[in-house]
Amino acid sequence: MAQEKRVVFRSRWLPWLLLAPQAAVIGVFFFWPAAQALLQSFQQQDAFGLSTEWVGLANFEALWADASYLDSFKTTALFSLLVAGLGLSISLLLAVMANRVLRGAGIYKTLLIWPYAVAPAIAGVLWLFMFAPSIGIVAYGLRALGLDWNHLLDADHAMTLIVLAAVWKQISYNFLFFLAGLQSIPRSLIEAAAIDGASPWRRFWDVTFPLLSPTSFFLLVINIVYAFFDTFGIVDAATQGGPGKETAILVYKVYHDGFKSLDLGGSAAQSVVLMAIVITLTVLQFRFVEKKVNY
Amino acid sequence: MAAISIRKLFKRYGHGAKAVQVIHGVDAEVHDGEFVVIVGPSGCGKSTLLRMVAGLEEVSEGEIAIGARVVNDVEPADRDIAMVFQNYALYPHMSVAENMAYGLKLRKMPKAEIDERVQRAARILELGHLLARKPRELSGGQRQRVAMGRAIVRDPQVFLFDEPLSNLDAKLRVQTRLEIQKLHRELGVTSLFVTHDQVEAMTLAQRIIVMNGGRIEQIGTPEAVYGQPASTFVASFIGSPAMNLLPGRQQGGQFHIDGAALDVPPGVEGDLTLGLRPEHAQLADRGWPMRVEMLEMLGAERLVYGKLGNATPFTLRLDATLPAPQPGEQLHLAFRPEHLHRFDAKTGQRL
Amino acid sequence: MVERKPWLDWLAHAILLLGVAVVAFPLYVTFVAATQTAEAIVHAPMPLLPGGHLLDNMATALGGGAGAGSGAPVARMMWVSLVTAMVIAVGKIAISLLSAFAIVYFRFPLRQFFFWAIFVTLMLPVEVRIGPTYQVVADLHMLNSFAGLTVPLIASATATFLFRQFFLTVPDELVEASRIDGASPLRFFKDVLLPLSRTSIAALFVIQFIYGWNQYLWPLLVTTDESMYPVVIGIKRMISGGEAANDWNIVMATALLAMLPPALVVILMQRWFVKGLVDTEK
Repeated sequence: MAQEKRVVFRSRWLPWLLLAPQAAVIGVFFFWPAAQALLQSFQQQDAFGLSTEWVGLANFEALWADASYLDSFKTTALFSLLVAGLGLSISLLLAVMANRVLRGAGIYKTLLIWPYAVAPAIAGVLWLFMFAPSIGIVAYGLRALGLDWNHLLDADHAMTLIVLAAVWKQISYNFLFFLAGLQSIPRSLIEAAAIDGASPWRRFWDVTFPLLSPTSFFLLVINIVYAFFDTFGIVDAATQGGPGKETAILVYKVYHDGFKSLDLGGSAAQSVVLMAIVITLTVLQFRFVEKKVNY
Repeated sequence: MAAISIRKLFKRYGHGAKAVQVIHGVDAEVHDGEFVVIVGPSGCGKSTLLRMVAGLEEVSEGEIAIGARVVNDVEPADRDIAMVFQNYALYPHMSVAENMAYGLKLRKMPKAEIDERVQRAARILELGHLLARKPRELSGGQRQRVAMGRAIVRDPQVFLFDEPLSNLDAKLRVQTRLEIQKLHRELGVTSLFVTHDQVEAMTLAQRIIVMNGGRIEQIGTPEAVYGQPASTFVASFIGSPAMNLLPGRQQGGQFHIDGAALDVPPGVEGDLTLGLRPEHAQLADRGWPMRVEMLEMLGAERLVYGKLGNATPFTLRLDATLPAPQPGEQLHLAFRPEHLHRFDAKTGQRL
Repeated sequence: MVERKPWLDWLAHAILLLGVAVVAFPLYVTFVAATQTAEAIVHAPMPLLPGGHLLDNMATALGGGAGAGSGAPVARMMWVSLVTAMVIAVGKIAISLLSAFAIVYFRFPLRQFFFWAIFVTLMLPVEVRIGPTYQVVADLHMLNSFAGLTVPLIASATATFLFRQFFLTVPDELVEASRIDGASPLRFFKDVLLPLSRTSIAALFVIQFIYGWNQYLWPLLVTTDESMYPVVIGIKRMISGGEAANDWNIVMATALLAMLPPALVVILMQRWFVKGLVDTEK
């Protein structure tokens, strides 16, 4: 696909006019705040918000020295690995099965993609309801099995809750992409492998999975970004970062420190760190996709 | 090495009243070591037939045997066959050597033997310098050779080819055709080759199976299929430009078409279709009257398009060294009696 | 697939059915809870079969009065969510079409700069810049307004990028033909490009509508007035009373109401949505 159009229109003023709305919106609501975040991360405001002083990298140093920030980092890392790992495996399994059945594939697809429409916050509420220690139906079932479920007290339970809610929501998205990826593998390749003597298990690992790797890598990055950011609603609805701070993922901490604790400098510094992580992940993904082989 | 037997083969899609039958009772034999080509237009069922032999499609009724073994219920992996696909079907993430070695690795062959076989196949197909490359770095012709290499190393009982030359450009097609012929002469493996191109069929086959609409029209050597076509379909499908087919009525010693009575050798009376190939008609002083309409100059020969009588189209092939006829000119055509074919007017079968 | 092993097909169906069941279970629980009374739910275990109070609960929710937490009328919140989602979807698509058209079909100084500027916005979701963006919105007096809820979210460039990718695949010959026909660029845009883009627009509409409807963090920051809460925020606020004190039946009825419009959009426009989602990222 050409990166440039060979044939263009000639006009002096029209393109500027067409670009103006978007340029205005992203200028005011994106670049200006992003620049502000950058600026504020190097500043510190006093308690009354009356004066600001330049403190250089002090906010960043404070972050790295802050145990709760490092904990939040660990929590977020664990959370995103669990969400990505579970989410991708389950979706891949479902996609492979859906690719195999001829009858009913359409119905399964419809029934599996609707969770995409559910807001993360609502997902959080639903799973909270099911796992509520005293009235939740699943909590009840777990207790009947001998497990005393209480995510309000147990950090692992809390983490499990938000991981489950996050994975549940993301299954549809991953499923759709895996299915599309599977369907783009030419049938003759699978047939050739069958004639070469490969069992379905070997065919999957030797041919299908390697050819699915661009999709898998793409989804891995998307899922990690999802776990970092889009899950705010889940955390706020289900655990509010608790118990204590055990499930305060990084984005939650930014919100909490900025709007509850009013630590603007620290919050801005955290935002900048998050920005750096996202940019790195996105660049990595684009590089890999560019190198993606054209079979 | 083995023979292939196809006995009373049917293929249906769907069940019961809504079933669509695409192969209507086919019988054929491929002898041990023979190179047989199945040729026919798109949709005639030739690929379906090949895929049933490969085990990629289920048999609805009938039997397929490879060697002495009936293989209807045998998985493709266990039929000891190798297949070359139209789009090569090379594993894009593996190198050429790995592509060829894959089937052998699955059978847990010792590494030394795998290497030896891969090297041997690479030598035969002149792929030695490409073994480390990935398929995307190869040209179409090279990819097709790798696909054949993958088939050779398996040392199977049967080779199956599914329109392998269709994705190559014209010049490459000719080259690869010769390579396939050479390969068969060297290795002598029983081969079943499917194509829609009658030139490929004529040049490669020891015997040709002509298919149309899910049925076999004729099985025979290229000479037989060309010289004694069993039906009007075979007559017009094989040979280019196509045989002239003239519908009309034989009465007495003459064949009546719209607007003319042609002299023909004595034969069956009644409504029938005559056939005469463009290259078998010659210019003469007396004979069938043909009115010239258009000419095409091909270099070594000329194609002359015209009409017999009022409306019956006729194509004549003339050597280019002869003077070119003019549009509107009246020519007279003669031919050898053994080159005239007669077909039933209704069924198209040879009389 | 290739083998004739029926037990593999059974296995596939079994796994898929299990997947569907697991995915649907929370929804089922929600539905059942929405049909019960508050007492029935609080008295564990909650019955697993639907009761008869669905319409009652929904009416209560819509009219307001969910008990311990927030009692804001859900009807108003659904309206806020609807307006927000529509404005975001339509607004984003509109300005993105124009920008993509400008970037692809014209040559002008700073074109590459604008392209990269727009591209950069893809990388940073609003969650990363909440502090300062909030400040800007506050300074512009856009708090507690539809404008504040929507305009900052139109700033990311996913739609522009998608349209750009799509426009690049439109054959050059169409532009040449229209120039010979004497059409101005805007006529070309209106008569040729827009009709061709219908599928992409439909797919993007689904994605952006859902994105807008499901927004949580941003509305949380910019709205303090109950009458400007989208329904997603409203639900969260309803459960702040602690487990037993909430009217869970009303909460679940609200959840059903809140999930309905996006789910409808996804299911009704499923084909465009799937196509658009998969094509966006390529």
